[in-house]
Amino acid sequence: MSAAHNSAPLQSGVNWLAHGVLWLGIAITAFPLYIAFVASSLTPQDIAQAPMPLWPGPHLLDNYRQTLIQGLKGTYLSPPVWLMLWNSLLMALIIAGGKIVVSILSAYALAFFRFPGRNVLFWMIFLTLMLPVEVRILPTYEVVSDLGLINSMAGLTLPLIASATGTLLFRQFFLTIPDELVEAARMDGAGPLRFFKDVVLPLSATNIAALTVILFIFGWNQYLWPLLITTDNRLDTIVVGITKMIGSGDAATDWNLVMATTLLAVLPPVLVVVLMRRWFVKGLVDSEK
Amino acid sequence: MQRKVVFPQKGLPYWLLAPQLAITLVFFFWPGGQAMYMSLLLQDPFGHSVQFVGLENFRLVFADEDYLQAVWRTAYFSLAVTVLAMVPGLALAVMADRVIKGGTAYTTAMLVPYAIAPAVAGVLWLFMLNPSIGVMAWWLKHAGVAWNPTLDGSDAMWLVILASAWKQVAYNFLFFLAGLQAIPKSLLEAAAIDGARPFRRFYTIVFPLLSPTTFFLLVVGLVYAFFDTFGVIDAVSQGGPASATETLVYKVYKDGIHSLDLGGSAAQSVVLMVIVVALTMIQFRFIERRVHYS
Repeated sequence: MSAAHNSAPLQSGVNWLAHGVLWLGIAITAFPLYIAFVASSLTPQDIAQAPMPLWPGPHLLDNYRQTLIQGLKGTYLSPPVWLMLWNSLLMALIIAGGKIVVSILSAYALAFFRFPGRNVLFWMIFLTLMLPVEVRILPTYEVVSDLGLINSMAGLTLPLIASATGTLLFRQFFLTIPDELVEAARMDGAGPLRFFKDVVLPLSATNIAALTVILFIFGWNQYLWPLLITTDNRLDTIVVGITKMIGSGDAATDWNLVMATTLLAVLPPVLVVVLMRRWFVKGLVDSEK
Repeated sequence: MQRKVVFPQKGLPYWLLAPQLAITLVFFFWPGGQAMYMSLLLQDPFGHSVQFVGLENFRLVFADEDYLQAVWRTAYFSLAVTVLAMVPGLALAVMADRVIKGGTAYTTAMLVPYAIAPAVAGVLWLFMLNPSIGVMAWWLKHAGVAWNPTLDGSDAMWLVILASAWKQVAYNFLFFLAGLQAIPKSLLEAAAIDGARPFRRFYTIVFPLLSPTTFFLLVVGLVYAFFDTFGVIDAVSQGGPASATETLVYKVYKDGIHSLDLGGSAAQSVVLMVIVVALTMIQFRFIERRVHYS
């Protein structure tokens, strides 16, 4: 009662407007996904007779079975989509895990030690923020090809593992760990590696979780890099696979199967966001600080 | 900033930094340097002849009518995407801030597009607006709107703008909502008691207090529109029809990978680096200021 009374001056009976606008927002958010879902339950003929029905048809399971197990036939002979999902999962996990390990170690060095060149190295890492893969496409491709990493999982993931964002985030957090903890550890004779394992790592658990969620989505959604580095269809990630399925002409596109693949591509990152919403939000907000 | 108490080891920190530095040097600085070096050279695609030409590649890039058009196109595209993603983001955040019941559920639903890859967002919208089979294209046709993004450049531009903005609303929503929730409720209540109606409260109190968030999201939005929309464009239009949707980033890719114009592509890369540096600087200066005020 009292809470309702307190907020009374701000309410003024417009809440239906708020709910209405929010529902409209959700409708616009969800509509493309709903259409994709409906299309994935139809036959190509159903879709071709525009407009396609707006209610799901009976071919849902058939379509997904064919997509997952056989893949698409046509100008682009796709591998079965389960393999693409596997490639994407592997790539996302390696990128997320690799970035976390690499950046937490370097942040630990930058925060807990004083050594010659520390500032220079910090700025070097910071500068990588300004070199997104999009601006150094050709030379990076050449480096990876010189190293013989074209068409390999290593070539797909290694160049994306350096993370200035992760390093800055962990360093920022490490600077807030009280000096007393470090002093106590040193008095007890615990070395830096012991301190890292027993104190720093457990304290960083929530930061690691939050960053993992963000980086998993980042890795899963990679597009330009896998497009360049893999010419072997069996290494196609699902995001790249979808655009290859569409190709340039839309004449022979099996849109029902493409839309089934699209929903399969969307499902893992969406589930991660929905199920780990709190960590996701924390990671997103922290990594922009 | 620096901790007061640190560990005395001298060699260990270098080992801890080694993996990060190795990757950074091999995959960032070496290719970044290569791009700068190549931008000063004229070479044929097969590497038979190489000639140092100084700033000639840059002169050619800026004298190229296509490139200048791409600059304007990119500016138009980026602004449209940023505004179209920010305005609904703000409106939805304001509404979600008012809702007491079900706020979390709304937020979760609204965040979904953020998880979707730009290329996939492009495919979803391409399917709905495909001129021969798309549901929304059919609606447009029956509303008397001529729509064909495969032939009409401005239709294609709208398609990539829509798909790109749709994906980014979630991000703006989240940060605007956080900004709104940081505004003390007492301030708004005082204004309400003084008789300020909701709209007035928004313009005189809420929006000015949100201006740091707005500016931050503007910069982030521009960076997104510049770089992360590559996937949308490649999936939807491959820069076409007739380069109507070719942004600067897409042009670097096309000229470098498909046309093998190495020097020109490298010069374009260097120009893009300058843009990223500028945007990053703005972002960080601004964030430093924000930390000062808080």
